[in-house]
Amino acid sequence: MYRSHVLVCGGTGCTSSGSAKIIEAFEDEIRQVGLENEVKVVRTGCFGLCALGPVVIIYPEGSFYSRVNPDDVKEIVDEHLLKGRIVKRLLYTETVEEDTVKSLNETDFYKKQMRVALRNCGVINPEDINEYIAYDGYQALGKVLTEMTPDDVIDVMKRSGLRGRGGAGFPTGLKWSFAKASVDDQKYVCCNADEGDPGAFMDRSVLEGDPHAVLEAMAIAGYAIGANQGYIYVRAEYPIAVKRLEIAIGQAREMGLLGKDIFGSGFDFDIELRLGAGAFVCGEETALMTSIEGHRGEPRPRPPFPAVKGLFGKPSVLNNVETYANIPQIILKGPEWFASMGTEKSKGTKVFALGGKIHNTGLVEVPMGTTLREIVEEIGGGVPNGKKFKAAQTGGPSGGCIPASLIDTEIDYDNLIAIGSMMGSGGLIVMDEDNCMVDIAKFFLEFTVDESCGKCTPCRVGTKRLYEMLDKITQGRGTLEDLDKMEALCHYIKENALCGLGQTAPNPVLSTLRYFRDEYEAHVVQKTCPAGVCKKLVSYTILADKCRGCTLCARQCPVNAISGTVKNPHVIDKEKCIKCGACIEKCKFGAIIKK
Amino acid sequence: MKSLAELQAIRDKMKNNMGVRGDDTGNIRVVVGMATCGIAAGARPVLQAFTEEAAARGLTNVTISQTGCIGICQYEPVVEVMEPGREKVTYVKMDPDKAERVVAEHLAGGKVVTEYTIGAAK
Repeated sequence: MYRSHVLVCGGTGCTSSGSAKIIEAFEDEIRQVGLENEVKVVRTGCFGLCALGPVVIIYPEGSFYSRVNPDDVKEIVDEHLLKGRIVKRLLYTETVEEDTVKSLNETDFYKKQMRVALRNCGVINPEDINEYIAYDGYQALGKVLTEMTPDDVIDVMKRSGLRGRGGAGFPTGLKWSFAKASVDDQKYVCCNADEGDPGAFMDRSVLEGDPHAVLEAMAIAGYAIGANQGYIYVRAEYPIAVKRLEIAIGQAREMGLLGKDIFGSGFDFDIELRLGAGAFVCGEETALMTSIEGHRGEPRPRPPFPAVKGLFGKPSVLNNVETYANIPQIILKGPEWFASMGTEKSKGTKVFALGGKIHNTGLVEVPMGTTLREIVEEIGGGVPNGKKFKAAQTGGPSGGCIPASLIDTEIDYDNLIAIGSMMGSGGLIVMDEDNCMVDIAKFFLEFTVDESCGKCTPCRVGTKRLYEMLDKITQGRGTLEDLDKMEALCHYIKENALCGLGQTAPNPVLSTLRYFRDEYEAHVVQKTCPAGVCKKLVSYTILADKCRGCTLCARQCPVNAISGTVKNPHVIDKEKCIKCGACIEKCKFGAIIKK
Repeated sequence: MKSLAELQAIRDKMKNNMGVRGDDTGNIRVVVGMATCGIAAGARPVLQAFTEEAAARGLTNVTISQTGCIGICQYEPVVEVMEPGREKVTYVKMDPDKAERVVAEHLAGGKVVTEYTIGAAK
């Protein structure tokens, strides 16, 4: 029995900011002061507040230390663990209010959150199955196997209103019922852990912080549809997630929670991992299954849908990691509990990966129907440096931009589709006035051009042509006619591409054209980039009346494009200038402008 | 895993160890004075006795923690028990045996061990 637990985040974010060293330091220091039998050090999954990593929480006080440095550990051990004095200097500043320490749940970042899929992340040690069991782990599987029929399980899933968290939002219960209705001697349950949207990392966080929840849910799915084999398709770029999954599968097998005759019910289920090499298209369900089979990851036409003819030609169910993470809770707490959260057609919660121009970068889980304003301004802490919120990009390369005028939109599957974006896997990139929307569209198109598998022409050639037109516009060579052509091509690709990748690839272009057409027109007609991003359209000038002739900019310029003598105004040679911006950063008098 | 009962046995055993994490509002809080004076007077074995005895009895509604000097150094080791809705009880000149009795009678039984309190010492 330990009187105190020191929880150190071992997610990818905190690991890269050095949490492994902090764990070592805690273990060393605690041993030196002889507290090793009183205080336990636990490596957990992600707490969500990645911007402030490495993060350490000490219980029972619940003190939340942020940006901890290995040198701080001795002070925390000597003061907090030995003498019971919380080291306020290192606490997350939001939790310190004058002389009192607030609970983490009362801070802006956490108070509006509702953690269902992430409930165990940052709370348990993901490498110890016993800690998962302590928090009701595998109880749902036990309940399903001993008290419910497969039809009962599917009925619960349907009544809960759970929809796929991978992005498309297909009702999970319905998907399972199709797979159950297919008759075959072999069926499969698959997990899509091929998280590929730039900026999205909630699936990684669940796998790293709570891998058993996914295993348990897959076994439940197996029982519901009549499958005894599961596959998790996870990208090899997630080494910590892969390692923890391997450990979790090993422990579950050892305890008989995977394998033969689970809970004496006669139900067998086992899970294997398959590592993906990082192709975006392999997150598409048919391409993913083709890849598991050992072929090149290319999609195939649907129908037949996987529920009829999926992996190895057998009926299969494929769900996303976050979808699975919700399922044990739905079984234990009941479908009514789950359906009580969210909006009319989107139930439960959704995890968003907050990134871009925002204070609190990290993972947040909120009920469906939370407005974009609440997420950006309250939970996210707003846009830094006094800049103005311009738009939020959701859904990655398949999604679109939500402009500031729609910041009060309640976020759910249907509302996002209605405004020309989509939920996607839940990446949420915040943009301010310094982001050029044409450039953003070009960035995502460059991504889809790279990731298009090439099997169908609309995607292979269409996205390439689309990219070329965007490039032309950012160079200042576009015409108004190009804008119309682009729009027509977007619709053509959407209607004719083979798989979800191609069908959604034009979304970033369409949504920016819809809400920021004036910005496109500025590039085309006035040949300027209002945000000052597109290099070809920007020029740097020194204001003669503000320049003091300090020569700092001239010395800074890497291509010697600035000339002038001491105490006299300097001049930029526009032919030579490579528009790197180094001069602006150095100028102390605000004499250099970009336009 | 052959039965649900087996799983529940593991859960109950583990729950005891995990009680320290998570929400402790509503818990009985036991605070041991652990400044230099307290440690010198033997507060550490007292703290350990509280932790072990509470664990042995499976008391999940008890949070054991430490604090600095309360200012009555001549009475160290000092232990305060705070229970929601009840007046704070201050035990003085504690040792591991007394700690065991406080866990048994006060924390588990709800009856204050009056003879160890500061009122009795004065």
